[in-house]
Amino acid sequence: MAGYVLRRVLQSLMILIGISFLTFILLYLIPADPARQIAGRSASAQTVENIREQLGLNLPFYEQYLRYLSGLVQGDLGRSYLQKTEVGTLIWSRLPATLLLMLGAIVCELVIGLTMGLIAALKRNTATDTSLMVLSFVGVSSPQFVIGILLLYVFAVQLGWFPIGGYGTFMHMVLPSLTLGFLGAGWYSRMMRSSMIDVLRQDFIRTARAKGLKRWQVLFGHALPNALLPVIAMIGIDIGLFMSGIVVVESVFGWPGIGQLAWQAIQRVDIPIIMGVTLVSACAIVLGNFLADLIAPLIDPRIKLR
Amino acid sequence: MKTAIWAGAAALLAATALTPALADEIKQGGSMTVTYKDDVSTLDPAIGYDWQNWSMIKSLFDGLMDYEPGTTNLMPDLAESYEISDDGTVFTFKLRDGVTFHNGRALTAEDVKYSLDRVTNPATQSPGAGFFGSIKGFDAVAAGEADSLEGVTVVDPLTVKIELSRPDATFLHVMAINFSSVVPKEEVEKWGADFGKHPVGSGAFSLEDWTLGQKLVFKRNENYWRAGVPRLDEITFEVGQEPIVALLRLQRGEADIPGDGIPPAKFLEVTKDPQYKDLIIEGGQLHTGYVTMNVKMPPFENLNVRKAVNMAINKDRVVRIINGRAVPANQPLPPTMPGYDTAYEGYPYDPDAAKALLAEAGLADGFETELYVFNTDPNPRIAQSIQADLAAIGIKAEIKALAQANVIAAGGEPDQAPMIWSGGMAWIADFPDPSNFYGPILGCDGAVKGGWNWSWYCNEELDKQAIAADSMTDPAKKTEREEAWRKIFISVMDDAAWAPVFHEQRFTMRSERLGGPDAIFVDPVHIPVNYDYVWAKDVQ
Repeated sequence: MAGYVLRRVLQSLMILIGISFLTFILLYLIPADPARQIAGRSASAQTVENIREQLGLNLPFYEQYLRYLSGLVQGDLGRSYLQKTEVGTLIWSRLPATLLLMLGAIVCELVIGLTMGLIAALKRNTATDTSLMVLSFVGVSSPQFVIGILLLYVFAVQLGWFPIGGYGTFMHMVLPSLTLGFLGAGWYSRMMRSSMIDVLRQDFIRTARAKGLKRWQVLFGHALPNALLPVIAMIGIDIGLFMSGIVVVESVFGWPGIGQLAWQAIQRVDIPIIMGVTLVSACAIVLGNFLADLIAPLIDPRIKLR
Repeated sequence: MKTAIWAGAAALLAATALTPALADEIKQGGSMTVTYKDDVSTLDPAIGYDWQNWSMIKSLFDGLMDYEPGTTNLMPDLAESYEISDDGTVFTFKLRDGVTFHNGRALTAEDVKYSLDRVTNPATQSPGAGFFGSIKGFDAVAAGEADSLEGVTVVDPLTVKIELSRPDATFLHVMAINFSSVVPKEEVEKWGADFGKHPVGSGAFSLEDWTLGQKLVFKRNENYWRAGVPRLDEITFEVGQEPIVALLRLQRGEADIPGDGIPPAKFLEVTKDPQYKDLIIEGGQLHTGYVTMNVKMPPFENLNVRKAVNMAINKDRVVRIINGRAVPANQPLPPTMPGYDTAYEGYPYDPDAAKALLAEAGLADGFETELYVFNTDPNPRIAQSIQADLAAIGIKAEIKALAQANVIAAGGEPDQAPMIWSGGMAWIADFPDPSNFYGPILGCDGAVKGGWNWSWYCNEELDKQAIAADSMTDPAKKTEREEAWRKIFISVMDDAAWAPVFHEQRFTMRSERLGGPDAIFVDPVHIPVNYDYVWAKDVQ
């Protein structure tokens, strides 16, 4: 077990370094001149050159990358060109909002997804089943900005039940959490349905029925816990899904998290922020997968970590 | 129906009662909410240089000079008075007594000197350092050979003398731009590079709170020296709000001003709605959009070809493409700029005459060329319209839509971009003076590698006239100077170095509960809104 963890940690580190390298190359290649951006249009060629030197932008590519990497090791994500603040500070100040939104989304997707899957499994091959599965299909395939704007338009603008974007109260959280969770809810309902159907066919369910347990006792005491296990193991992997979703959802709802930070930085080609957010989300995804793998054998003893 | 009429009359009465006739009658108090899409980058006056922080910095800081609200007329601000030497090279400013920074310390001439030394120091990385080039000793500071500007001296605690290396009629404007705002040394040193997040100035408002990515709160400076200003007690800037959401919130009464303006997608819908007619304010901008023709690349060295392009472009259609958010242009200067020639008619839209000019140039069959354009909407659509106009007279222009940095780089090379559509890149004046529209974009100084004169037009005779005009520092010669500049820009048009296309207009919206003259909501200098003079109807 310890060997496995160590190996995975090393693997994760390699992955992160690889991601940082690829992102750095991509951002190095895009046509933008940060020194000129900072210097402004009234600057002389000499001023631009001075700034380039101060930022180390005149160095060869590999040296710039190594400088970035050595900063990274010391926990320094660099300084934003346009926001004029440490990238670490910017991300840190916005992280709570993102985590809160993710938490809301996890609750939404579990509650909606599992309920839908459960009902579909119990009403297998009926009209209810079909319509629920169509709904989940819509959830899986709709772009989040469409869902977000639709929810915003109907429930905030037309009905006025919720505030139009923003951050601060529980009411602010509902629509963005729903939007972010809807995609996952689609997945979960499908997984829950098949897992439940699978479990209901097992011998121990027949045994439970045979010994005279009531239908709800069988369902909630025996079937559900077993059907839930493989589903729960997926939550770690969800973090990856969320990371791609927050950029869109946070922008639509004006949610002050790191997704919105990334979107603003991309529009203004603020390279250090784009780098920083990419790395933080890569860390989250790697960590999420790692945790999912660690949890798997606890849930299902048939899985062995080697 | 009757009730409706009565309600209307009552509302009218209430509105009259709520509208103070004179500025002195306006009661201070109340608050407003302004929304923006992006987080505010910095509030350091030496660094901030975008549409969003420009006016915020003006509310937090003061400089020696400022402009009368809603106009382009200079007025003394921290300076109580000033004197200009006869040769126009020495400016002596007498400071107002009793002005204090938000931290309580009195503002003195030492602070003025410190602020100018700081903004020109290369270590500050100020994008505005270049504006101070006429101060004696600037070159030494810019090269890192001196820490302090030789030309700026503190005469006594309330007098500062600034010597220039050449007469500069725009110098009072330079003293009014954000980069010359006065900052307290102790606070700058305390916060270092983070001063922009903890700004301390002497302006009408002070920064009360800044939650990164969420909001900023400005509070009224109780000790502000100008009586009755600012009108509001508090301004909240909410950031991270898409313009479309901002508009919805304004319509629901949750916000008062959409800082990024009316989003293009909603523009026609909102402007045509009678409900919002009185809440939408339109104002000029010190902006011109133009097509440059590189006079170093054939066939644009031929004046007739450049004139033909000027006559081929249907400017009205281009304006329609952007939903009428601009007015057609016939000269480089925008209409709100002093020196604009109202009598000049420019080149008419006349494709037949344009064809004849091409034939005269020996290009009756037209020619092939390239039109560079910044690849962000609406610029490619505008370029396509221009492309179609050019095709009508036989010029086949291939559109090169590139990232902004690439277009700017191509324009700065003598032999790369034959034509460039300037949209999204150039040119908006930094201060309301015609010289700002000449040197970098039409003068010989700008026609260098990496410069902004993408036409590579260099007329030494006009450069001489420009220097002469900028040497008329005597305020009494203002009219004469404007006349000189007017002549220069009409000469530029005679040489058809550009095809000016339009001047962008600004449109903004305010909620019903805000008061103040329309001009301050589209202030030409305090962009986008002059926050100091907005007042709240609910406290009147």
